[in-house]
Amino acid sequence: MAEVLVYVDHVDGAVRKPTLELLTLARRVGEPVAVHLGPGADSAAAVLAEHGAVKVLTADASEFADYLVVPKVDALEAAYQAVSPAAVLVPSSAEGKEIAARLAVRIGSGIITDAVDLESGDEGPVATQSVFAAAFTTKSRVSKGTPVITVKPNSAAPEAAPAAGTVEQLSVSFGEKSTGTKVVSRTPRESTGRPELTEAAIVVSGGRGVNGAENFHVIEELADSLGAAVGASRAAVDAGWYPHSNQVGQTGKSVSPQLYIASGISGAIQHRAGMQTSKTIVAINKDAEAPIFDLVDYGVVGDLFEVVPQLTEEVKSRKG
Amino acid sequence: MSLRIVVCVKYVPDATGDRHFAEDLTTDRDAVDGLLSELDEYAVEQALQIADEADDAEITVLTVGPEDAKDALRKALSMGADKAVHVEDDDLHGTDALGTSVVLTKAIEHIGYDLVVCGMASTDGTMGVLPAILAERLGVPQVTLLSEVSVEDGKVTGRRDGDTATEQLEAALPAVVSVTDQSGEARYPSFKGIMAAKKKPVESLDLSDLGIEAGEVGLEGAWTKVDDASPRPPRTAGTIVKDEGEGGKQLAEFLAGQKFV
Ligand SMILES: Cc1cc2nc3c(=O)[nH]c(=O)nc-3n(C[C@H](O)[C@H](O)[C@H](O)COP(=O)(O)OP(=O)(O)OC[C@H]3O[C@@H](n4cnc5c(N)ncnc54)[C@H](O)[C@@H]3O)c2cc1C
Ligand SMILES: Nc1ncnc2c1ncn2[C@@H]1O[C@H](COP(=O)(O)O)[C@@H](O)[C@H]1O
Repeated sequence: MAEVLVYVDHVDGAVRKPTLELLTLARRVGEPVAVHLGPGADSAAAVLAEHGAVKVLTADASEFADYLVVPKVDALEAAYQAVSPAAVLVPSSAEGKEIAARLAVRIGSGIITDAVDLESGDEGPVATQSVFAAAFTTKSRVSKGTPVITVKPNSAAPEAAPAAGTVEQLSVSFGEKSTGTKVVSRTPRESTGRPELTEAAIVVSGGRGVNGAENFHVIEELADSLGAAVGASRAAVDAGWYPHSNQVGQTGKSVSPQLYIASGISGAIQHRAGMQTSKTIVAINKDAEAPIFDLVDYGVVGDLFEVVPQLTEEVKSRKG
Repeated sequence: MSLRIVVCVKYVPDATGDRHFAEDLTTDRDAVDGLLSELDEYAVEQALQIADEADDAEITVLTVGPEDAKDALRKALSMGADKAVHVEDDDLHGTDALGTSVVLTKAIEHIGYDLVVCGMASTDGTMGVLPAILAERLGVPQVTLLSEVSVEDGKVTGRRDGDTATEQLEAALPAVVSVTDQSGEARYPSFKGIMAAKKKPVESLDLSDLGIEAGEVGLEGAWTKVDDASPRPPRTAGTIVKDEGEGGKQLAEFLAGQKFV
C-alpha cells in the first residue's frame, strides 16, 4: 500500500489530538508515515505508533523554533522526497495551512484546505469541505501532483491501530530562504486548565448578552460543570470581555464539538461559520427572533442570567 | 527612496447574502452583490498607516477578478491608496488559489514592490494561504497573520498570535505580510477621499500583458477539482421553549437525554 505523510502537530512531543484524527483518516488512503519536527520525537513516537504510524520521520534543529514556517517546509519537503507519498496530510491550524501551501507550490501539487472528511476515491483522495459558512458541502480532489490536504480538528474520532512506528532520522538541509523571518521572542499562552477550544467535545460560548467581563464567570461555571471549553463571540472579544484566542467564528477558531451552547449570541453569519458543523446546538437568548434559533436542537428564550446558573446547578447535582 | 507597497485585495460575494455555486461548481458571482472583502480593508488600513510613517511611500492596490472587482479597487482608493491595478481576463474564470497566486506574483513583479500586504483570508474562499504562497513564489520572507505591524529601517516587525504562543517576528524588506482583523479598525472613506479616488489611475492588465498562458489558469488549469457541491440539509427544527422559571432545568433534562450529563 502507498504511504501517506502525516505532519505531526505537537508541543514538545505531546501530540495534539487533531494529529491522531489525521492518522485515522490517513489509513483510509494509505500507510501513515508521521513527520515529527522539533523535540520530543521519542515520547511522540509511542502515541503515533499506537494510532497507526508505520514510521516516524524525525528531525530536530534550532531553526524550527527560531524562524517562521519555512524551515518546517524544508523538512516536510525532505520527507516528501524520501517517501514519495500518495498524499500529504497536515492539520488545519494557521501554521499548518501555511506549511502545506508552500509545500504544494514546491512540489507542483494542488492543495485543499480545511477538509472535514476524507475518503479514498478512484482518482485519489476525496476531501469533504464545508463552505460558505457551512451552507454547502463540497467534495473535491487534487487534480495535479500529489494531493496536499489540510484537515480540520474533530473531523474523525481517533482510533487505535497499533503499527511499528519505527523512528528514523530525517536529514534536512535548510535552504537560504529558511532564515528570512526571525522569531525574536515567543510567549506561550497561559493554560486555563480547560480543554483546548478546537478539540473540546463540548463548547460553552458567551456573546454580547453576557454584558461585561465580570459576568463571564457565569459562562465559565457552566463550562466547568460540563468539562467544556469556553468560547466567545467577536462582540464579546472586541469589547475586551474575553481573550481573542477564545473567539469562535470566521476570524476566530472553527469548532465542531459534540455539543455547542451559545448564550447571549445572536448567530451572525460570521459566528455561524465557526460553529455550524457542531453536532448538537443549544442556545439561550432573550430574543425569540435571534437567528441562532434557526440552528438549534434545543433553545431557551430567556435571560441567560436566570437560565445558565440554573442549568449549571442542575448539571452539578445530576453529576453528583 | 520611496517605499513601494502593494496591497492585494479581493472582491468577494457579500457573506450576508445567499451565496451559491454556479453550474460549473465555481462561486456564483451573479447571485449576490460583491464588495471589497472586509478582511482586506484591514490590509489597506495597515498599508496606509505604514505609508504615513514612511518618508515617502506609494500604495498600489491589486486585484485579480471580474470586471465588477473594480468596485473593490475604488473603495481602497477612496480609503487613500494611490493607484490600482486590475488583472481581468475571461480565461481567469474558475482559477483556484494556486492559479491566482501565479497571476498575483507576476502582477506584483510587474508593479515593483518593497512590501506586499494581504488580508488574513478571503471571506469567500477562507483558505488563508495566499500570503504564504506569494512569499514562496516571490522568494521573500513571509511575516503573516500579524495583529500588529510596523516598518522601519528596511525591516518589518510584527506580532503573531498563534495557537499556542504569541510571537514577535522580524524580517528584512522586501517581504510579504498579512494582517488580521485584530490589527485595528479600518477607516471609512471620507467624502474627499471618494472624490479623489475618481481621478486616481487604475491600470487594467490581461494575462498576455503578464506573459501567462491561458492554460496555466482558469478552471481547466486548476490544481484542484470540485466534483460536487450540495446545500447542507436544513437542520431539523429543534425544540424551543420559553423560560417560565424552569428553563435551565428543562435544558438540563434535554442534555441528560442526549447523554451529555
Ligand atoms: C469580516 C468579519 C469577520 C467576523 N468574524 C467573526 C467571528 O469570528 N466570530 C464572531 O462571533 N463574529 C464575527 N464577526 C461579527 C459578527 O458579524 C457579529 O457582529 C457578532 O458575531 C455578534 O456577536 P454577538 O452575537 O455576541 O452580539 P449581538 O449580535 O449583539 O447579539 C447579542 C445577543 O444577545 C442577546 N442577549 C442580550 N442580553 C441577553 C440576556 N441577558 N440573556 C440572553 N440573551 C441576551 C440578544 O438578544 C442578542 O441576540 C465578524 C464580522 C465581520 C464583518
Ligand atoms: N483574487 C485576488 N486578488 C487579490 N488579492 C487576493 C485575491 N485572492 C486572495 N487575495 C489576497 O490573499 C489573501 C488571502 O486569501 P485566501 O488565501 O484566498 O484566503 C486575501 O486576504 C487577499 O489579500
